[in-house]
Amino acid sequence: MNSRATKVWPLEQSRRKDLDQFVQACRQRLGAGDRLVTLFGRQEESNRMPGVVVTAIFQDESGELQALHCLTDRDKQYSALTPDFPAAHIFERELWEQTGLTPEGHPWLKPVRFEGKRQGQMAEYPFFSVRGQEIHEVGVGPIHAGVIEPGHFRFMCLGEQVHHLEIQLGYQHRGVEQLLLRRNPMLLAPVIESICGDSAVAYSWGFCAAIEALAGYEVTPECDMRRAIGLELERIAIHAATLSGMATDIAFLQGGGTYGRLRTAIINAVQRVSGNRFGRGWIRLGKSKPFTDTLRVDLIQTLAAFLRDFDEINQLMLSSQSVKARLKGTGVVTRQAADELGLIGVAARASGRAVDARVDLPNQPYQRFPIASTVQETGDCWGRMKQRMEEVDTSVAWLLKVLQEEKPTAAPTKEIGLAANSPLKPDALAISVVEGPRGAVVQAIETSQAGRIVHYKVQDPSLSNWFGVAMALRDNEISDFPICNKSFDLSYCGNDL
Amino acid sequence: MMKSLYVRKSQGTQYIPVLREATPAGFRAKPVIDAQACALDCSACQAVCPSAAIALAPMRIDLGRCVLCGDCEPACPAGKISFSNDFRLASTERDGLTVSAEHPNIDPIQVSGALHRRYGRSMKLRSVSAGGCNGCEMEINAMSNVNFDFGRYGIDMVASPRHADGLLLSGPITRNMVMALQRCWEAIPDPKIVIAVGACAISGGVFAECNEIERRFLDNFKPSLYVPGCPAHPLSIIVGIMDLLGIAD
Repeated sequence: MNSRATKVWPLEQSRRKDLDQFVQACRQRLGAGDRLVTLFGRQEESNRMPGVVVTAIFQDESGELQALHCLTDRDKQYSALTPDFPAAHIFERELWEQTGLTPEGHPWLKPVRFEGKRQGQMAEYPFFSVRGQEIHEVGVGPIHAGVIEPGHFRFMCLGEQVHHLEIQLGYQHRGVEQLLLRRNPMLLAPVIESICGDSAVAYSWGFCAAIEALAGYEVTPECDMRRAIGLELERIAIHAATLSGMATDIAFLQGGGTYGRLRTAIINAVQRVSGNRFGRGWIRLGKSKPFTDTLRVDLIQTLAAFLRDFDEINQLMLSSQSVKARLKGTGVVTRQAADELGLIGVAARASGRAVDARVDLPNQPYQRFPIASTVQETGDCWGRMKQRMEEVDTSVAWLLKVLQEEKPTAAPTKEIGLAANSPLKPDALAISVVEGPRGAVVQAIETSQAGRIVHYKVQDPSLSNWFGVAMALRDNEISDFPICNKSFDLSYCGNDL
Repeated sequence: MMKSLYVRKSQGTQYIPVLREATPAGFRAKPVIDAQACALDCSACQAVCPSAAIALAPMRIDLGRCVLCGDCEPACPAGKISFSNDFRLASTERDGLTVSAEHPNIDPIQVSGALHRRYGRSMKLRSVSAGGCNGCEMEINAMSNVNFDFGRYGIDMVASPRHADGLLLSGPITRNMVMALQRCWEAIPDPKIVIAVGACAISGGVFAECNEIERRFLDNFKPSLYVPGCPAHPLSIIVGIMDLLGIAD
């Protein structure tokens, strides 16, 4: 069984192309209903062929990943995809910011994260302004009440009603993609785990899958299964944390306390396996933390106890009148908006859009043990809460089945893993997709003729989803912002890189 | 109401009675370095370290840089590196964070009489994430949950810098956060302290070499407490603050 979540393409035949031709090919695919997984570019510095390399990855009707690739001249302009296909909006903004290619006619051409020469110019963000006699604007952040990453939110309001929310990010920009090129690729795992620290397992799995594919290395099914176990535990922990935050944001303190302590039980179990509450060290190239039968039984017991208590607090939340009153109908993102904007992950599924890489692009563990993915129809804060509850239930059931039937234990001996001097396939593009707690984490690695990594593109699911928060706020009140934001629970550092 | 009380009873009590005595199972925390000499010219541990935390001759680990990834442990051909679950990693001195075979423990926190008198019964902190990966931020949030419950010691997080006695800094300090961090610091009334949480805040961590980082803030304001980890464990942070302020169990 081949993983459908990881794919490698040879690049030699697809070099110089006309940019307009490339964009036209993208347009055709999007018009045919293919899903745009990512679109990105890089500066080609070599004297031989200086220019900009642009790559677009699509998922076609059959579910296969397809790549379009082109090398073009610098500072070119092209007709933007966004007006016809809004899902491309953030990718085209990023492409413009990172390469200087200009998507003409893009309605929203502003920096994504103020990187490169724009660093430190956060005060110069060109906000839209809404005019009118009773119109006022409220700006909050980057530093917010509570312990949370920084981001600036500007509300354009008529009285109490929010007409639009504009979100300015980039405060967390650390230069991740550049850093990844400076290091020995075989030793990147701990750095990858720090890109978005709450999704360390999803990121490290995607990184390892891409490098292993480039090295032609196949991990054992048991190793792959242990990785999936780490990923599902990470999902449960993050969803529990979000539910805790949502309960706290509507002052339902019992929910806040209980989900918080339920998360503790899961991450402490993760620590017993991997040495770290966030699963750092769980996954390394060619290997995955082995665990003994004692730990396997420990995980089963932890999950069983978790499920009982989780169910109890869920029932309390779902039956509480004040929870219903606060969450139902608040922060609605319609199915149509979710589709047009190309939302992914939990946020998409809560609006009825069934996208889940574990189902659409299953790798081995999810082929052998298929996982059920559910959706909600309401697209409101209530829907996003219920979606998380259901996803936790699904993950726990899946884990219990796998842990009981598969018994993917291993003696705590040193797995050898991928040799540090393994050559990578030259002139190739590898892509990996892992359905992390928030949605698909996409990592794309391009190698040179000498087999060196020349581009490492990281794409957190939050990049596509932040606009969903802006949509959710429309026609709501500023006072609904905290619960709307928490119901999405997107990553700032994953967006900012 | 009855349902709520039932759930309360059924979920039980979750707090850790004495934080200083907690033993976080499996936690890869303090490195333990064996006294045997390294093989001549061996630098295997240094080669795999993602944050340049290891120095040689004699082999030592700077926990201000170390991200506790543990990758050096299997890399050492002599097997002289291991990790214990001792979470007491914090120190009042940056230089006190280095451990070696000769110096196996982090320098103990110097309890300050002045800090104890001023903040020993009430310490309000404003958190600023300046490039953090949400690891330290989630652990800072966890300090107030029902397990760790740091409020019982009079330590608390506050929303407004105006209400704060100090700054809890996480992240390596990105250029894009320099101005916001400075303004938040200025908004905290004197007297005030800085606590650096996690390898990123202490040294830049794995991002130390990035051009996108600008750490001059810490040249001007020396932290009163350094709490290593990646992320820092809630126990390391809370017990570190308790030790700094002389707060009893």
